[in-house]
Amino acid sequence: MNTVRDLLIILVGSSLVSNVVLSQFLGLCPFLGVSKKTDTAAGMGVAVIFVITLSSAVAGAIYHYILTPLNMEYMQTIVFILVIAALVQFVEMFLKKFIPALYQSLGVYLPLITTNCAVLGVALTNVSKGYGILYGVVNGFATAVGFTISIILLASIRERLEYNDIPKPFKGMPIVLLTAGLMAIAFCGFSGLI
Amino acid sequence: MNKCIERLHNGILKENPTLVLMLGMCPTLAVTTSAINGLGMGLTTTVVLALSNMIIAALRKVIPDKIRIPAFIVIIASFVTIMQLLLQAYIPTLYKALGIYIPLIVVNCIILGRAEAYAYKNPVLPSLFDGLGMGLGFTIALTIIGLLREFIGGCSVFGYELNLFTPVSIFKMAPGAFFVLALLTAIQNQAKIVGAKKGKDVSKIQSGCGSDCLNCTVGDCADRVAAVSAPAADEVNVVKEENA
Repeated sequence: MNTVRDLLIILVGSSLVSNVVLSQFLGLCPFLGVSKKTDTAAGMGVAVIFVITLSSAVAGAIYHYILTPLNMEYMQTIVFILVIAALVQFVEMFLKKFIPALYQSLGVYLPLITTNCAVLGVALTNVSKGYGILYGVVNGFATAVGFTISIILLASIRERLEYNDIPKPFKGMPIVLLTAGLMAIAFCGFSGLI
Repeated sequence: MNKCIERLHNGILKENPTLVLMLGMCPTLAVTTSAINGLGMGLTTTVVLALSNMIIAALRKVIPDKIRIPAFIVIIASFVTIMQLLLQAYIPTLYKALGIYIPLIVVNCIILGRAEAYAYKNPVLPSLFDGLGMGLGFTIALTIIGLLREFIGGCSVFGYELNLFTPVSIFKMAPGAFFVLALLTAIQNQAKIVGAKKGKDVSKIQSGCGSDCLNCTVGDCADRVAAVSAPAADEVNVVKEENA
């Protein structure tokens, strides 16, 4: 039962309490860049869930079965970034060839994710917190779900902001950042959950 | 030598990566809870940026065009790992404070952007100074933002308590980072509006990328840096043609 409890804590903790964008500032570029429309934001969110879950499994396996036995833990940064870049490329090619329907809906988002610091961030967090592969995958999934929740929320707010009368200097990015700040305050409320 | 000084000036003032180009926002927001953290992050990035620029410039004729991005990433990641180990050994307090954001310097788009836009096309010495200039510009911006957040949020400067007013502690927390950045971009926007009225060239001021990444016509963010630096390259070409 302890494992299930721990996994539940990770699930809530990583998706809501320490939200990847709003409290750790990882993955800000897609958060601000792909949040103009709710449906594209949702698409990006699903793609991020897919890639982060997969990459935390692969990065975890490489860390525990290759780097640790060889005592080469210090190589983690270099290895992880290369593995993630290769993985995203590979997933893109695989989907294009074998599951074209999924590629149609996720394909455009994949190149945007390669340079997403949240992916590398999750892989490194898993290692620094000493998670095994199972815990790491759950943590990756939860983090990505947190990203999806916040990007969809921001996109829905931005759709409404379009029609508002905003002071000239605050048009564009500043008002979006203010919105994100207010969302971050709201997410602070989750800190009592754990 | 003139070119080196020009590069420093360019990085610190004209094309300041944080305040003008708005690049590398993740570390900017995450580590600026205090001035000293901002300074430490900035200097670490400067070292990585200068050294990786230098090595990439030295290897620019050896690296094949097609695999240049992975090659850049390996070089940058190596320097980041070296810095991480050095910090862990000699400045453990800073290492603890910056935490995961040290290895994440690898994905800082300023570094990859400079490698692509400048170091891959220019000799070693100017590239080194380009890295130093950009890095110092980043350091100065991060320290200022850190100072601001520390002063408002904790009523202290570089760790010295001042006891002037009740601190607005939200500025030290995550939402404060967004508010400070929002204010910064608003000031930039204002500068852009005023500058455009006076007929100045304000195309360099980016105010963050307001565009939609999916329908981006500007290209990726590394290209954004390249586009800003491109006029300089064009001028060089014009001079070359005139000489010919």
